[in-house]
Amino acid sequence: MNAPIELRADETFVLNVGPQHPATHGVLRVKMEMHGEYIVNAETVIGYIHRMHEKMGELKTYPQFLMNLSRMDYLGALGYSHAHVLVVEKASGIVVPERAEYIRAIMVELNRIASHLFWFGAFVMDLGGFSPLMYALQDREHILDMLEAVTGSRLTYCYFRFGGLYNDVDDDFIAAARRFVPRMRKSLKKYRRLVTDNVIFRKRLEGIAPLSKEICRKYGASSAVARGSGINFDVRKNEPYSVYPQFDFDIPVYPQGDSLARYMVRMDEIEQSLRIVEQGLDKLPGGPIMPEKKPKLIKPPPGDYYQAVETARGSFGVRLVSDGGKTPYRLKLRSPTYSNMHLFDEACRGMMIMDALAFMGSLDLVIPEIDR
Amino acid sequence: MRLTLINVIVAVVIAIAFAAVNAAYLVWAERRGAARIQRRPGPNINGPFGLLQPPLDGIKLMAKQLTIPGGADRILFIIAPILAMFPAITSFVTIPFSETIVAKNMNVGVLMIFAFASLGSMSLLIAGFSSRNKYSMMSSVRAVSQAVAYEIPMLITAITVVMIAGSPDLMEIVRQQSPSILHWNIFPLLGNSHNILMPLAFLIFFVCTLAETNRAPFDLGEAESELVAGFHTEYGSMGFGLFFMAEYANIVIGSCMTTILFLGGWSCPFGLFPGVWWFILKLYLLIATFIWIRWTFPRTTIYGLLNLSWKILIPLSLANLLLTAGLIKVF
Repeated sequence: MNAPIELRADETFVLNVGPQHPATHGVLRVKMEMHGEYIVNAETVIGYIHRMHEKMGELKTYPQFLMNLSRMDYLGALGYSHAHVLVVEKASGIVVPERAEYIRAIMVELNRIASHLFWFGAFVMDLGGFSPLMYALQDREHILDMLEAVTGSRLTYCYFRFGGLYNDVDDDFIAAARRFVPRMRKSLKKYRRLVTDNVIFRKRLEGIAPLSKEICRKYGASSAVARGSGINFDVRKNEPYSVYPQFDFDIPVYPQGDSLARYMVRMDEIEQSLRIVEQGLDKLPGGPIMPEKKPKLIKPPPGDYYQAVETARGSFGVRLVSDGGKTPYRLKLRSPTYSNMHLFDEACRGMMIMDALAFMGSLDLVIPEIDR
Repeated sequence: MRLTLINVIVAVVIAIAFAAVNAAYLVWAERRGAARIQRRPGPNINGPFGLLQPPLDGIKLMAKQLTIPGGADRILFIIAPILAMFPAITSFVTIPFSETIVAKNMNVGVLMIFAFASLGSMSLLIAGFSSRNKYSMMSSVRAVSQAVAYEIPMLITAITVVMIAGSPDLMEIVRQQSPSILHWNIFPLLGNSHNILMPLAFLIFFVCTLAETNRAPFDLGEAESELVAGFHTEYGSMGFGLFFMAEYANIVIGSCMTTILFLGGWSCPFGLFPGVWWFILKLYLLIATFIWIRWTFPRTTIYGLLNLSWKILIPLSLANLLLTAGLIKVF
């Protein structure tokens, strides 16, 4: 499916997809130059929901900025706060108790499953199937209930503290998480039968929007976008942090690079996250959740610190430049969706609009996270 | 019964009322059905089982202002929804619900219904082009190419049935299938033709009905994740309401035609108590299938849709037509 190459200016028209459009799932605008149903050129326009998180990071003290991180990505919020607490702990030399590390990993993985479930539903909805969204939301509801009981919020958590956690998990949570794992595995089987093996679904995705390794590297793509193109990169394995080296899990990699590969990677990741949750619950040590010795005022020594984590949307990094004061000198947030989205402009040329929007869905864009 | 003018008018009004009520209450049925599939309650507040929802929705829509976008073609913009509803409702006049319940039987009933059905895609074209919206325009282009592609196999299949019955009269087509389930055109083991490919013809006809009525998985015209709302993006108020009701009226027409052409109309599968209830039962089973399919499958692509018609359905239906013609000659 290739578009005609030579086109006069009066043969094309500009279609504004967004900032309010059902397929962009947020305030993203894509200016598409169209030739009939084919896209000749596309330009993503971002910034409609820019909230100056990086500047706020420079103005607020470290604990004050903590809750900003979960407002970046409303679907996988815990992963983002994880990066921030890790970099501040690294900078100030705070040692986190082992129990807290394990609970963090369990929570982040549960949050990753919730995020992937929501993506799964929204993606199938992009393709015109409505019902899977409702099933996915029902499974996600179990996770949100569990997280709510421990963290106090359902979407924008402020659960991690520098050095530990705000609240310890109770027996109810552990029992609920143990019940959840087999139930989720059963649901995954159902999704495979209902969606993954569906002929129409496969025809819409197989061979559509193949991304090469080169384009992924060029734009700095991570998460399922890179792993669906055969790049075996996951921060949890490649630059291990927290207690991840102690877990036994695999990184799903598919070499095809098409939309279906990205879908398969995410669905397999849910299974791997379930494995981590299971192991975390088994290995969960006792002990405190906050360190005994912790500075009253967090003032990292001058220096340049960086910490990346694997969030649901890819490799998220926080660069912290400290001048020894109460607030950072510079706080740079490297958001994965920003990189993942920008390859859309180049990759969607010559595609039909239906395929392009399915491709956009497979990138798993969360717009507030692009604009920060 | 002596056919006076008054009789005909009353019958026609009843047929139209049946169409309108069905169109309104199928919205309710669709929402309840979708809710059941998706494990949620659906509309259940207004009246018992939410049965008052359709009239209340109608009142709400009628109370709204019909805004016409600047730059739109005003006359065509207003005509389009009326043109969508009109053929859908008028087709009901010729549909025989039983031996006696028919508003005005015509001896070319099949022809008339297909003529009106093609008029329906005209309204989508007018709506898309007159509202001066790029999404609407793309949608109407899709809708028309889809209608052209799917009317051909649909007509060829209908002609096959007409050949078997030997008449384009809908009553006559049903009478030929009346004796027992084995005479039904879906598996015509007895009767005029012994064509074993007829179940396939039924399938082709059903798929074409899905595509003709712009239903999922062929709802390319209003693919809401790409084209926002397709041809009715700019419509509010009752303009939108008419398009919405026309879609459901078309579903009823399509299911009626499938029932008449393939499932033996009002005849009973076991030869017991033939009558209008059998027709209604078959009709609503088909409609339930429509709803079930919509909430199960994702949408196809436009090229997949056209390929399906031109490369698979049309050759198959032509082959079936030839085979039936040969078999009728032989037996």
